[in-house]
Amino acid sequence: MTKLIAVFLVAAGALLAGPAQAAGGAGIEMERFPEAKRTDLAALQSGARIFVNHCLNCHGANLMRWNRLRDIGLEDDKVETFLIFGEQRVGDTMRIAMAPKDGKAWFGKNPPDLSVIVRARTSFDFAGTDYLYTLLRGYYRDQTSLHGWNNVAFPNIGMPHVMWQAQGPRETTIVRVAAVADGYRRTTSVYDADGFVTTTTETVIGPAKEGVSFSFRPADESQARRFDEDMANLVAYLAFMTDPTAVDRTRIGVWVLLFLALFTTAAWWLNGKYWRDVR
Amino acid sequence: MALHKTQYTGLAGWFDARMPTMMVEYRKHLSEYYAPKNLNFWYIFGSLSIVVLVIQIVTGIFLTMHYKPDARYAFESVEYIMRDVPGGWFIRYLHSTGASAFFVVVYLHMFRGLLYGSYRKPRELVWIFGCLIFLMLMAEAFFGYLLPWGQMSFWGAQVIVNLFAAVPLIGPDLAVFIRGDFVVSDATLNRFFALHVIAIPLVLLVLVVLHLLALHDVGSNNPDGIEIKDKVDAQGQPLDGIPFHPYYTVHDIYGLGVFLMIFFAVLFFAPEMGGYFLEWNNFIPADPLATPAHIAPVWYFTPYYSILRAVTTEFMWVLGAGVIAYGVLLYFALRAPRARYLGLGLALALALVMLPASPLALEPKFWGVAAMGASVVIFFGLPWFDQSPVRSMRYRPKWHFWLLIAFVVVFLVLGYFGTQLPSPANTIASQTGTMLYFAFFLLMPWWSRMGTPRPVPDRVTFEPH
Repeated sequence: MTKLIAVFLVAAGALLAGPAQAAGGAGIEMERFPEAKRTDLAALQSGARIFVNHCLNCHGANLMRWNRLRDIGLEDDKVETFLIFGEQRVGDTMRIAMAPKDGKAWFGKNPPDLSVIVRARTSFDFAGTDYLYTLLRGYYRDQTSLHGWNNVAFPNIGMPHVMWQAQGPRETTIVRVAAVADGYRRTTSVYDADGFVTTTTETVIGPAKEGVSFSFRPADESQARRFDEDMANLVAYLAFMTDPTAVDRTRIGVWVLLFLALFTTAAWWLNGKYWRDVR
Repeated sequence: MALHKTQYTGLAGWFDARMPTMMVEYRKHLSEYYAPKNLNFWYIFGSLSIVVLVIQIVTGIFLTMHYKPDARYAFESVEYIMRDVPGGWFIRYLHSTGASAFFVVVYLHMFRGLLYGSYRKPRELVWIFGCLIFLMLMAEAFFGYLLPWGQMSFWGAQVIVNLFAAVPLIGPDLAVFIRGDFVVSDATLNRFFALHVIAIPLVLLVLVVLHLLALHDVGSNNPDGIEIKDKVDAQGQPLDGIPFHPYYTVHDIYGLGVFLMIFFAVLFFAPEMGGYFLEWNNFIPADPLATPAHIAPVWYFTPYYSILRAVTTEFMWVLGAGVIAYGVLLYFALRAPRARYLGLGLALALALVMLPASPLALEPKFWGVAAMGASVVIFFGLPWFDQSPVRSMRYRPKWHFWLLIAFVVVFLVLGYFGTQLPSPANTIASQTGTMLYFAFFLLMPWWSRMGTPRPVPDRVTFEPH
């Protein structure tokens, strides 16, 4: 019996652990979103402000009501005064004026609605928050792309780097290691701050791991750090917006489980009492 | 007219005098339904599946109050339920977690049947009604999965409905008939909604009643796989039986507590269950113009999906050879001349439409669908495949038990590969798994007779608490 349960647990473990090893995304390791931001009200509010100022022009959040921001400490009057620029009321959802047709014409693809974007971009390989945190900070100048920008997390992305002034100029190095007939080849592309690329290729001696890695060298370290902070706040807000009941849910969940523990203990005791007669 | 003479007092007496059926049925199914006293952990999943069924029906009713079965609003209305309807997120997560929980408990319930031979004579009808419930449950889950109208809803339905197009002659028309359109569309959403909220649940409920009535007529099996009705006391009650109520009701309430702790831990702390209960891609609204790179069904369908994908043109040679070999096996194993020629003849006829070199061969896609269907329908045959002289694995040769575990592992491995992108290694694994899956059932009439069973006890083995 115990053996049987152990067999099932091992099998279930193998089943759940498997997909995590599969490759995906742009083939890069996503950077870790600072999880503590999720419950940091100041970060969430700052993220909401960045979202409204920079994202909510091309991207809508059609499933998110303005007054839901009270969950992160923004009262209706504050929202009305500081965040809503147009004709909308606090009971409306965050819709935008840009027509999908125009979006498609201007960017090649209508910018996706961001209401549930963190969940939609999660996969077996990485969390949606990590992906967006890497994406938003992963732009680099690339003279060969259509709009002069490219992205390590989303190659040939349709969206240009909206917040380039805030991030400041940087030099980008992308290293690709690929298997070839006689071992591995490492291709290093260095994009300067203006997006001109220098590529060098070398054959790797000895064992190597296939994949893509990247690094940035910002002109102004402190400016880049401030930008990272802002993007972490923005992603925290997006994570809140994707699942606004998460905080309530986990809070209630603890009580429900405590109640059930009590209930189950009582049921176990009662069960023992009744079954004492059975010989 | 005079009232029925009643033995009860109080409220029960009032009802019994006016509707004696009530108390008769109460006695028949609860207070005087004698269940073996040695039922163990594995016997909890029957009553748990009733609990989950009730959860699904009640939450389903509340969901329909806000859900909009319209391709334009369906996705938004689900998020509306999750965000703007008070407590809506709770109802929706109950329903989505309940769907997966349903399959968990039903799979464990079926495993119990295999472990202790619960499908054996005289319980064949109990088993058949159970298999029908399983089929209806799959249909219910499939229709329901389209309703959130996300990318996986849309493309999953698209893939599965397109399978029907592989049926010879009528296929393409059949697919259009099912969809109500040339692609999955608003028409499909509406009919799937109707099927999901009323048609299938009605059938499901009737089948559950039949399953229970059939069970209560023959009585429950038990881990020892012996008939408790063979040893009765002076009143004609089984010596090893105890009334279902209160002994098993109190037992099941305890089990329910443990189950609900796991259920609610998932619901409150990981409602997506890492992308297995709620697939990440389904948070993207359905887009008929953007096919996702990887279309995977929800976890409970993935073993069958693997079997579907395993069938390639090359694999048809293996399957065809397998069918011929099985025909030859039948020829030598069966006694009656008519049966042995019928078996061989059918196998050869089947091979004629299966082997790719044959001019009559049907396309592998069709056989993939057929294999997937067969992998589910084959469960119906268990009472006749199993020829072991004893029911329970407890007294069968130990390797029978490990064969069953091997089958479970094959099922899980098929399930795992069903979640993965197709690759050569995946295809080989799925094909091997498919052969083993069918071999387990089709060779059972022979392997279940092999080996010497241990002596079966007269009375059930039971240690008082």
